[in-house]
Amino acid sequence: MNAPSEHETGIGASVRRKEDYRFVTGSGKYTDDVQIPGQTYAYFLRSPHAHATIRSIDTSAARSAPGVIAVLTGDDLAADKVGGVPCGWLITDVNGQPMKEPPHPALAQGKVRHVGDQVALIVAATYLQAKDAAELIEVDYDALPAVADARDALKSGAPVVHDIAHDNKCYTWALGDKAAVDATFARAHHVTRIELINNRLVPNAIEPRAALAQYNRGDDSYTLYVANQNPHVERLLLTAFVLGLPEHKMRVIAPDVGGGFGSKIFLYAEDVVLAWASKKLNRPVKWTAERSESFLTDAHGRDHATVAEMAVGADGKFLAMRVHTVANLGAYLSTFSTSVPTILYATLLAGQYSTPHIYAEIDGVFTNTTPVDAYRGAGRPEAAYVVERLVSTVAREMNIDDVELRRRNFITSFPYQTPVALQYDIGDFNACLDGAVELADVAGFPARREEAKRRGKLRGLGFSTYIEACGLAPSNIAGALGARAGLYEVGEIRVHPTGSVTVFTGSHSHGQGHETTFAQIVSARLGIPFEQVDIVHGDTGRVPFGMGTYGSRSLAVGGSAIVKALDKIEAKGKRIAAHLLEASASDIEFKDGKFTIIGTDRSVPFAQIALAAYVPHNYPLDKLEPGLNETAFYDPTNFTFPAGAHICEVEVDPETGAVEVAAMTAVDDFGNIINPMIVEGQVHGGLAQGIGQALLENCVYDKSTAQLLSGSYMDYAMPRAEDLPNFKVGSRVTPCTHNPLGAKGCGEAGAIGSPPAVINAVINALSPLGVTHLDMPASPERVWNAIQSARQSAQPSANPAP
Amino acid sequence: MKVSMTVNGIPANAEIDPRTLLVQFLRENLSLTGTHVGCDTSQCGACTVIVNGNAVKSCSALAAQFQDAQVTTIEGIAGPGGELHPMQAAFKECHGLQCGFCTTGMIMCAIDIAKHHPNASEREIREQLKGNMCRCTGYHNIVKAVQAGAANMSGG
Ligand code: FES
Ligand code: FES
Repeated sequence: MNAPSEHETGIGASVRRKEDYRFVTGSGKYTDDVQIPGQTYAYFLRSPHAHATIRSIDTSAARSAPGVIAVLTGDDLAADKVGGVPCGWLITDVNGQPMKEPPHPALAQGKVRHVGDQVALIVAATYLQAKDAAELIEVDYDALPAVADARDALKSGAPVVHDIAHDNKCYTWALGDKAAVDATFARAHHVTRIELINNRLVPNAIEPRAALAQYNRGDDSYTLYVANQNPHVERLLLTAFVLGLPEHKMRVIAPDVGGGFGSKIFLYAEDVVLAWASKKLNRPVKWTAERSESFLTDAHGRDHATVAEMAVGADGKFLAMRVHTVANLGAYLSTFSTSVPTILYATLLAGQYSTPHIYAEIDGVFTNTTPVDAYRGAGRPEAAYVVERLVSTVAREMNIDDVELRRRNFITSFPYQTPVALQYDIGDFNACLDGAVELADVAGFPARREEAKRRGKLRGLGFSTYIEACGLAPSNIAGALGARAGLYEVGEIRVHPTGSVTVFTGSHSHGQGHETTFAQIVSARLGIPFEQVDIVHGDTGRVPFGMGTYGSRSLAVGGSAIVKALDKIEAKGKRIAAHLLEASASDIEFKDGKFTIIGTDRSVPFAQIALAAYVPHNYPLDKLEPGLNETAFYDPTNFTFPAGAHICEVEVDPETGAVEVAAMTAVDDFGNIINPMIVEGQVHGGLAQGIGQALLENCVYDKSTAQLLSGSYMDYAMPRAEDLPNFKVGSRVTPCTHNPLGAKGCGEAGAIGSPPAVINAVINALSPLGVTHLDMPASPERVWNAIQSARQSAQPSANPAP
Repeated sequence: MKVSMTVNGIPANAEIDPRTLLVQFLRENLSLTGTHVGCDTSQCGACTVIVNGNAVKSCSALAAQFQDAQVTTIEGIAGPGGELHPMQAAFKECHGLQCGFCTTGMIMCAIDIAKHHPNASEREIREQLKGNMCRCTGYHNIVKAVQAGAANMSGG
């Protein structure tokens, strides 16, 4: 990692986190910990059917059950003209038509479309009473045929999820030059073709989603506590787009949030219903998901079925790539869902390679399943998986070394314009790969493989090199691509009269350690003690309008906004210093916490400038305003492009099919790093989720009924300490060229780079047996079956019939 | 029904619905919200507390089962002036937490591990942690924290 700084709290130092004292002592405050006098408890009655018409709902018995305050249904919601849950990204079809955008009522109206779709809200004095009363509601359902798999949904005669889309297609979207790609394929030396599934996942933040809505009759306003990654966006969608309120009438507080991984970016139907009910009942209403409810209702991730082809020259150079993906969007369009398999996926299909022509076509499909949306990496892991599985397959088929093939095709000169819309500003892909090869001791692998063989184990080595686009931005490009929101960030710096500082940031921390990293930046820049800087986030009542945290944008975009605000503080500080020192502002420099007249020893410390700002005696008040508060908005000029190389070494037990990760190495380039300890922690977490996807996790629906089969921790295999190895993590640095911190973002990298590395390793281990393909998760059963069928099909040629 | 127990050294009594789980009693009746709930199938360990010297998942036991018990929650392990317990300090020092949600249960479990297996190896710690899930850290630093915390606990 970076060389340690001589200042122990400075940039590049692994400062221990400010926020940890409250977390390790149990004094953090998560949404469910908030208690408001008079609060009531909500329980949602949910559909047991994947697809059904609601004939009638009888709530009379529930209404008179003990403790019940209200039972509300879709009819009540419609009567109050509460709007549906909106989608935040408009995708335009290949033939220029807008995507199909079916309504998503916050309580089902007429039909339910996935198991867990919400049918009624019960509010009672206690949670148990609400839950008991729900049992008394009688819903007369007329069950309809359902479809869970997106490829099935495209077949003719498939059940229709929404009347406005009879083919179940939300859109067909394409990117790239199809004619050039087809022509290149026609004359290629070699073509590699793979079909793969990117398995559906459940994000599973350990804190279940929760919300507590309070209506304040005194000023006709709302307060909503909610486990959410971007409180301002939640507020904007909820007020302006659903409830029809001016947004200043709602304060959204996302207090401590117990992990998000994407699943808490979105405006959920529950939040709408709770806010509405709190006014209707004039009582605070609290809802906390049970885990089984989270499985049914948190937006799921991934779920792609892809066919990908690579055209290769005799020299191993990639000539063209063609990708067709069927993306399951679920039953309704969640906030960002439409952008994930398009803008955030197809634009990354160049990977780290200079493939001249790429064409991708995506079908976004409705099914009777929980909505699918961004999950750690959002589109980028799906892209890296396709590219890196394809590249390793090319390597095997053409008998070229994995590392050598990648090197031959790496982009080495920057900026680089890909054929799929992005312009990479900088990178050094060889440096990361070299670093990873060394750290993973690739040279020693053959010996380890031999040693494993003696123990009857199959050892495999798998590579992946990925790139991602982070710091989602800039607003004008996002807008051109269909985003219905801006993608900048805000930072406000309030300097107090004694020189301590409070920073208000529009990004939101749910484990990323902003309170520490941002304080490091501010204290280093202002030359004040780290302890004198506090960071405030997650409260629309305190922080200016910001866009929140997802897509590894906090430091690159949020941190840059803070730097811009610091620039303004410094500029104003110089003017105050000039006044105090009777000099001209242009003669003042700011360094090491002091404003000094250049070339002299006459200086004023920052704290004194702060005091002077608030005690403006003798001020030229016509020229210099009192106070020292500055706000800046930062809208980047480009994405940032973190990239890296991951190497996985596995050992497969051919008798049981069990895969053990023997070693996992990640060398990443995140640009400049503020706090190496925090960055490494982010990488570890991402690797765990990526290895989880590759080997364990799978969200499974019954194909014919669309019932969720993996609906709890009993049947969804979450990675536990025992399942994971220690990680070897390293970094290389090419600073981002266009933001003031040179930072790129690190939160998703582990989840993007590791799945292809793991699966490539498993296939590498099994390829001596003839196994060339395996879908995630590589569970013991699947691996064992693959081994058995490879052995069976190998048999005839091994023992030819007489 | 009535229930009384000692929680973090302080007597706690309340009139409760007999279905009340220990975790609900701690969180709702006593406002000790450091103990968290992460699941409904007793898999995640976010709710771990120490009852009569042993780690217990407070989501899977009724409060009524703990009449007269000695219960220690995360709020009860720091020193009187707020000095961190060695295991709490180790989690902070080793960056064994991110969002902090699993952390309180993790620390209670770690204290239990340190007590019963003071010299546990990395492999043994990973095995012992199997009842606790963390979605953020990938466990790498949690394992380090448990090792460091255990060493500090036995060192005094
Ligand atoms: S909440 Fe107790 S084990 Fe999950
Ligand atoms: S720190 Fe977030 S779940 Fe463990």
